[in-house]
Amino acid sequence: MSVSVLYSLLGSTLFSLGLYGLAAYAQLLRKILAINIMGSGVFLILVALAYGPGENSPDPVPHAMVLTGLVVAVSATALALALACRVQETTGSAQLPEDESD
Amino acid sequence: MNLDHWLPLMIVLSSLVPGILIFCLPERRVSLRTAANMVGATAKLMLTAVMIWGVFHEHIYQTRLPLLPGMDLVLHTDALSVLFATLSAILWFLTTLYAIGYLEGSPQPRSRFFGFFSLCVSSTVGFSLAGNLITFVMFYEMLTLTTYPLVVHRGTEESMRAGRIYLAYTLTGGAVLLIAAAWLKALVGPIDFTEGGMLTAFSGLYRREFIVIFALLITGLGVKAALVPLHGWLPVAMVAPAPVSALLHAVAVVKAGAFGIIRVVYDIYGIEFAASLGVLGPLAAVASFTIVYGSLRALNQDGLKKRLAYSTVSQVSYIALGAAVLGPVATIGGLVHLVHQGLMKITLFFCAGNLAETLGIHYVSEMHGVGRRMPWTMVAFTLGALGMIGVPPLAGFVSKWYLGAGGLAAGQKWVILVLVASSLLNAAYFLPILYVAWFEQPKGLWPEEHYRGWLETHWMLLLPAVITALLALAAGLLANAPFSPLEWARLIASREYGP
Amino acid sequence: MHPFSACPVWIIFLPLVNSILAFLFRRRGAQLGIVTAVGLVPPLLGLFWQVIGHGPQSYPVGGWGAPLGIDLYADGLSIIMLAMTAVVGIGCTLYATGYYSHGGEGKEKQHHQDSALFWPLWLLLWAALNALFLSADIFNLYVALELLGLSAVALVALAGGPSAVTAAVRYLLVSLLGSMSYLLGVALLYFAHGTLSLGLLGEVVNSSPAGFAAITLMTAGLTMKTALFPLHFWLPPAHANAPAPVSTVLSALVVKGSFYLLLRLWFQVFTATVTPSVANLLGILGVAAILWGSAQALLAQRLKLLVAYSTVAQLGYLFLVFPLAQGTGTGFSAWSGGVYFILSHAFAKGAAFLAAGTVLYGFGHDRIDELVGVTRRMPVTMFAFAIAGVSLIGLPPSGGFIAKWLLLNAALAGGQWWWAIVIVSGGLLAAAYVFRFFSRAFRHVGEISTCRRIPRSMELTALALALFSLGLGIIGPAPFEIIQISAPLSGPVLSGGLP
Repeated sequence: MSVSVLYSLLGSTLFSLGLYGLAAYAQLLRKILAINIMGSGVFLILVALAYGPGENSPDPVPHAMVLTGLVVAVSATALALALACRVQETTGSAQLPEDESD
Repeated sequence: MNLDHWLPLMIVLSSLVPGILIFCLPERRVSLRTAANMVGATAKLMLTAVMIWGVFHEHIYQTRLPLLPGMDLVLHTDALSVLFATLSAILWFLTTLYAIGYLEGSPQPRSRFFGFFSLCVSSTVGFSLAGNLITFVMFYEMLTLTTYPLVVHRGTEESMRAGRIYLAYTLTGGAVLLIAAAWLKALVGPIDFTEGGMLTAFSGLYRREFIVIFALLITGLGVKAALVPLHGWLPVAMVAPAPVSALLHAVAVVKAGAFGIIRVVYDIYGIEFAASLGVLGPLAAVASFTIVYGSLRALNQDGLKKRLAYSTVSQVSYIALGAAVLGPVATIGGLVHLVHQGLMKITLFFCAGNLAETLGIHYVSEMHGVGRRMPWTMVAFTLGALGMIGVPPLAGFVSKWYLGAGGLAAGQKWVILVLVASSLLNAAYFLPILYVAWFEQPKGLWPEEHYRGWLETHWMLLLPAVITALLALAAGLLANAPFSPLEWARLIASREYGP
Repeated sequence: MHPFSACPVWIIFLPLVNSILAFLFRRRGAQLGIVTAVGLVPPLLGLFWQVIGHGPQSYPVGGWGAPLGIDLYADGLSIIMLAMTAVVGIGCTLYATGYYSHGGEGKEKQHHQDSALFWPLWLLLWAALNALFLSADIFNLYVALELLGLSAVALVALAGGPSAVTAAVRYLLVSLLGSMSYLLGVALLYFAHGTLSLGLLGEVVNSSPAGFAAITLMTAGLTMKTALFPLHFWLPPAHANAPAPVSTVLSALVVKGSFYLLLRLWFQVFTATVTPSVANLLGILGVAAILWGSAQALLAQRLKLLVAYSTVAQLGYLFLVFPLAQGTGTGFSAWSGGVYFILSHAFAKGAAFLAAGTVLYGFGHDRIDELVGVTRRMPVTMFAFAIAGVSLIGLPPSGGFIAKWLLLNAALAGGQWWWAIVIVSGGLLAAAYVFRFFSRAFRHVGEISTCRRIPRSMELTALALALFSLGLGIIGPAPFEIIQISAPLSGPVLSGGLP
């Protein structure tokens, strides 16, 4: 199995783990971590598959995508953390309330 | 300005523009509001007169505005639309006058009332002038929208409940109509109303679909036309003020439903094609059932307006019956009854409103001896009631005669049975009122006496009632004069049945 | 270079730059907002003129081409979306100047903070929307989508209370999940076909496993962001708890952004991959959305929650476009119906939320059962809500009616009549919840609750947006000609009719 396929499988695994984590955990911090893991999974897939079969140098386009994606992920995580802090301040717990209807 | 292209639109705008203007007027500008109303009503009458003249001479007025690629908003004047539009214009003029007098001193905002009143008439006239199915459907729904605020005008719990029921019925009817129209359009393309029936060109195709679509169309229209069992909203809507009941029953909503049925039978399907599809029989059956049922329910109503409401349920189905029976004579009967019933019923509602406003009378049991106190009103009422029963030489007699003759000519003798039965029932619920009003002594003081002038009531309430009563009389007496409703109905029938 | 060719760049960068300036100069926020609103008009008009005159336009930013540079692309659909964003955006900007200058919903200090942060975030959101509609490759679309999501979430959290913040977090998590899913789809597509450009992908994507996986992931992600049932749970709290101008933008524009992307993908890129069963699945979920959203709207206690659930229901209609386009010969009908629906819903829902926000602003609460005398205090606002309601229900004359008619036509002409029943029933349900609030305008009021003075800008912008939705109903065929410019489908706007 070539390196790139191995890493892309790893990336998919991370993605699935992140998805599971997002759904399973109630605490906000864990959900945010799960999203980050999902993101890392996607980026890993992108980087891994940039080494197409039989090429000398990797394709730069996925690398550009990953870099942009990282920036977006960082900003999103920052916003998420700030909001999580605010949730903690206003509701007293770092969990989303179960009841979703008003 | 090419009158041919713009006349229909102008007729609609002649009440739309004053309506919008009235909405913007502050409540206290009474004279300005009255002026806007009357100017609009007069303009509409004049434009309608121009239209009558033109259509009589086979002139075509058509406004066509593109809505979508392949679908236009079409306002078209043919003989049938002229009949209904003229009725609407004349009765609107009188009802406006009546409403101004009736609502004087009422707490609710009158600008709102008259604004929606004008919009309602615009929708009615637009509906009568609709030249294709999409325009037809659009104005039908706009009619529902503009009449709702009138029904709930008083704002009481009862009014709101009546409004909810009204909306439930009419919006559902509109939805059924919409599906039928979209389906028909998907089958055969754009549907312009054609005298003699537009679908006759497609006879031989889609037989089953056309039958189902006919049923859907009639159901959608039947809600407004108060065909049983879709009539439930009508008695409940009596909680509205008298001018609203007058307008709704004589002109706007109920007549629009009946007019719609006529349009469907004659100008979409064509009477012979409809007969060949076998849909006229069920329509006639439903109409006849409604005629008898409405009259039966009217018998045990003590509330005056409720009794008149059930009478309307019954009477409007004469029009549907006329449409459902094959042959020009029956057609003429149904068509002319559109006008006659409008005149007579609006007289009755005006009088009922007078009794309620002036003396606080809402029930038949309170009407003892009122003929002495309000003679002119009761004379008008008597004329209207006798016309409903079908006593010659009033207008009602003419329409019933033609319906009966038409039934005979079409070989459907049972029509006469229905007519006789219903006339007897009409007599059974109208004559006691007349007897009690004229020949009994008053039981004591009137429930609430409001008016003490030298006329029996406010002139704005009295005059319209008397005028419409006289019109009902004239329509019967002078039925053979040129431009009478009967003559016009004959004209329409001749154009529908072809050369 | 042609002077107008830089229009796309202006359209994206003007709000972006102003957003940064508004962040730096907190007190100039409102002025910068107005500058943006006014400043966007010339380049938009320029772009319109170009696309209508010369067909779809492509613009490489900075002169570098794809794949490492960014290409901007404008066709008929793009400019319609841009125009919609501009109209609603200008309306919201004007509304917000009034809303934030006079105190809003909270205390003064909190209010200043809100207002200082609103403007940079709102302008950022506007820039993101414009970028979304002008992007031509799937990765740029991802960036625009993320930017849109982040700024929307921050705006939701602006109100500050526990309900707003929890709603914002929920929204953020859903949004990020959706974007991740979409990004994975992008990765798959790139590695299967070696290009990111929408146009090129459209030619090479076929029904391979990579294609199926990509469309599944991207559809899942985008439907989450468009709040399709059952993933809609984040929308009502987010839209209801946000400040008024924010709710408007969210319901009118933000959810449409992800739906626009879905449309593009389905009809331009994945034409060979889509299957009727998936399309039907989306349609069924759309039906569930209509039913569930309408039911919840009927039960809602607060006005803004009612309007938010109405958004869930109306978005369900949009998902009917997918199965409807599968019918024989109805592809373009369904497509134009969907686009028209997006437009009219944006205006109508925008007006409704602005009106609801004004009610909340004036009375301090929006509990429907306790709102008394609303019409007396804010007649213009209620009028705006009425017109918006008419469009939401789909009654004529409004854009909502035309959109509904187009979808009905697509359903019935394509032989999929069951969707037609859903469309019509949805209209009746919408009538139920609209009139639930609106009938209160007619209730007889004893004493009226106190109300703050409403800034003119708030009343008039709501009315203007409502009139826009009304205007869509009578504007005629012009929008369709624009939609047709290099649309991915072709065919008649109204299908059906005999050959």
